[in-house]
Amino acid sequence: MIEKELVSGNEAIARAALDSGLCLGVGYPGTPSSEILENVAALGGQAEWAPNEKVALEVGIGVAFARGRSIVTMKHVGLNVAADPLFTIAYSGTPGGLVIVSADDPGMASSQNEQDNRRYAIAAGVPMLEPSDSQEAYDFTIRAFELAERYRCPVLLRMTTRVCHSKGALIRRPNASPAPAIAYEKDVQSNVMIPAYARIAHRKLRAKLAELARFNEEGEFIHEDHGSSELGIIATGISYQHARDAAPEASVLKLGMTYPLPMERIRKFAAGVKRCVVLEEGDPILAEACLAAGVKVEGKAEMYRFGELSVGRVRRILAGDTTPEAAPPAGKPPQLCVGCPHRRTYEVLRDFGCIVAGDIGCYTLGVLPPFEAVDTCVCMGASITTGLGMRHALPEAEARRVVSVIGDSTFLHTGINGIVEMVYNRPKTGHVVIILDNSITAMTGMQENPATGRKLDHTPAPKVVIEDVVRAIGVDHVDICDPTLDREHFAGILKERLASNDLSVIIARRPCILAAVKAKAYQLGGK
Amino acid sequence: MGKVVNITVAGLGGQGVLKVTDILAEALFDAGFDVKKSEVHGMSQRGGSVSSEVRFGDRVFSPMVPAGETDYLLVLDSTQVEVNLSKLRAGGVLITPDDVPLAELENPKAANILMLGALSRHFDLPEELWLKHVCRNLPEKVHEVNIAAFRLGRRGKNADR
Ligand SMILES: Cc1ncc(C[n+]2csc(CCOP(=O)(O)OP(=O)(O)O)c2C)c(N)n1
Ligand code: SF4
Repeated sequence: MIEKELVSGNEAIARAALDSGLCLGVGYPGTPSSEILENVAALGGQAEWAPNEKVALEVGIGVAFARGRSIVTMKHVGLNVAADPLFTIAYSGTPGGLVIVSADDPGMASSQNEQDNRRYAIAAGVPMLEPSDSQEAYDFTIRAFELAERYRCPVLLRMTTRVCHSKGALIRRPNASPAPAIAYEKDVQSNVMIPAYARIAHRKLRAKLAELARFNEEGEFIHEDHGSSELGIIATGISYQHARDAAPEASVLKLGMTYPLPMERIRKFAAGVKRCVVLEEGDPILAEACLAAGVKVEGKAEMYRFGELSVGRVRRILAGDTTPEAAPPAGKPPQLCVGCPHRRTYEVLRDFGCIVAGDIGCYTLGVLPPFEAVDTCVCMGASITTGLGMRHALPEAEARRVVSVIGDSTFLHTGINGIVEMVYNRPKTGHVVIILDNSITAMTGMQENPATGRKLDHTPAPKVVIEDVVRAIGVDHVDICDPTLDREHFAGILKERLASNDLSVIIARRPCILAAVKAKAYQLGGK
Repeated sequence: MGKVVNITVAGLGGQGVLKVTDILAEALFDAGFDVKKSEVHGMSQRGGSVSSEVRFGDRVFSPMVPAGETDYLLVLDSTQVEVNLSKLRAGGVLITPDDVPLAELENPKAANILMLGALSRHFDLPEELWLKHVCRNLPEKVHEVNIAAFRLGRRGKNADR
């Protein structure tokens, strides 16, 4: 008997990667993508956390240059960080299968924006697959490796929060897709993107995409439900599942490969129904592509660009209902845990009346009462640099109040660059950076990072020592303290540094209370 | 096609909402139903509202319970009843901490499993199947307390011994 499992989309991707002979999985944590690599490791595969997404993608590219299969995982905003290698590896491609998972978060369950990364597929010229449930997440991942090798191009697997985290039935096909043998072959024309070779590569890329569009027309990634000819729905990803519940009688064309599009199949489908509605979460990318190709479809009203879709919202879209929607009941918002080491630090910053350039992590919650101590939050790593900008621009009395706060994982992600900038382009009033070192990547579910001394699978690893890094870059003062244990000590240092014109890094070090329990267990050999 | 049954479990972070839905989903899946389970993993921080959904039937499409179509609403925290009530359909079943013999529970950490036991009364699945998945989802050292909690919930409040 074939065994059926109930798994999440992320668990399904991990299983598919292993059943495809994965050489290495590499990524940076980010909701809703983090469980993919955690599951790869738990199932015995090779997986690692890189310090950031650009590093992760580049390591993955190297694996694929050696003809290994590599999966690179990140949340949607991570692809912004990894965009530089993405656009050029789209030109050269790799001999080994390179699959990049972009986990988008429509509705921002846990993100700072709801950007629609389907735009990256178009902008970079990379084929994109969009699963709508766990089984497809599995099947598409396996096919993604094969397509990446056949067409010598990276493949973007676009997930969304609901597909990542919803559980559904999965039937695996072990050894479905044997991986090619690892081997290096020198091929400078393909792999060295100097202008002379890149000009050729760009033309090749466009030819590949035309071929991929023909392949998509053949229908492997198309599913059609033949229903009434009154209403046709073109859907992608999770919207397909909502559509089947909202309009069981409709004809539905589900697209699994959303770039490059099978426009002839779409045209034929639209011509066969009286009314044809495009259902997609986020930006109206598919609807606009259809209209630009002269296919008569209806998109959704602008109000449905925001947030996730649901069965109820799909019913409204189909009914053309644009009356205001009922606000979902407001639950209790998340808070810093009782006993969280960030709490005391924020109490002091609040009492000092600092202007706090914030960053991303649990500690962003310092913006809420009772602290209300965070003034800005843009993207990972931006606290140090935006703080420097404010120091440069503000009059002296105000500039002196500016402090940057950043977590340990975020510091290693893209914070180090900010320290380099600070030393190189020193503000007249100096600057104060507080590294909130809770010795874990807490926000995204307790992942390890280069400063925790443990690898992704929690076994021991060499440790990057944060104070050594900042000292080596050349800041004037590095202090280490624990505001929870000795608030006055921390407050005293902060006061002194704010009054000076020096460059100062204060490391507020105390483990996250949830991580501390786990760290003990790892030490005893548990996981 | 048979009707899809919708269950919503709600509470506060740290109460074991996701654990309960995992057990529920796996037991129903094991019993042969098509099952989908959905939740939004909040942030790590504790104490915020959490809710999670299970749908089962012959064939389930959307993993999300449509607004106002919950058949069974299990709320693990009294303060969370009101904010979740609009999810319940007219005539749906509501189970709150007031409806279960919480006072008889030895270990308050097993309250979520006790409530699952109370919910289990509404489905025609054998007790062993439920307990199998309770055990699968929890570390061995807490099996005994949770089995007892489940049975307590399944027996019901003020039930005859
Ligand atoms: C480019 C990018 N990658 C990933 C994330 C997801 N993310 C948000 S905060 C965070 C790290 C938080 O860790 P840390 O800085 O150590 O702070 P903590 O939560 O532990 O307080 C991550 C990975 C993101 N928002 N942006
Ligand atoms: S998970 Fe850790 S870092 Fe995050 S709020 Fe709780 S104690 Fe603080």
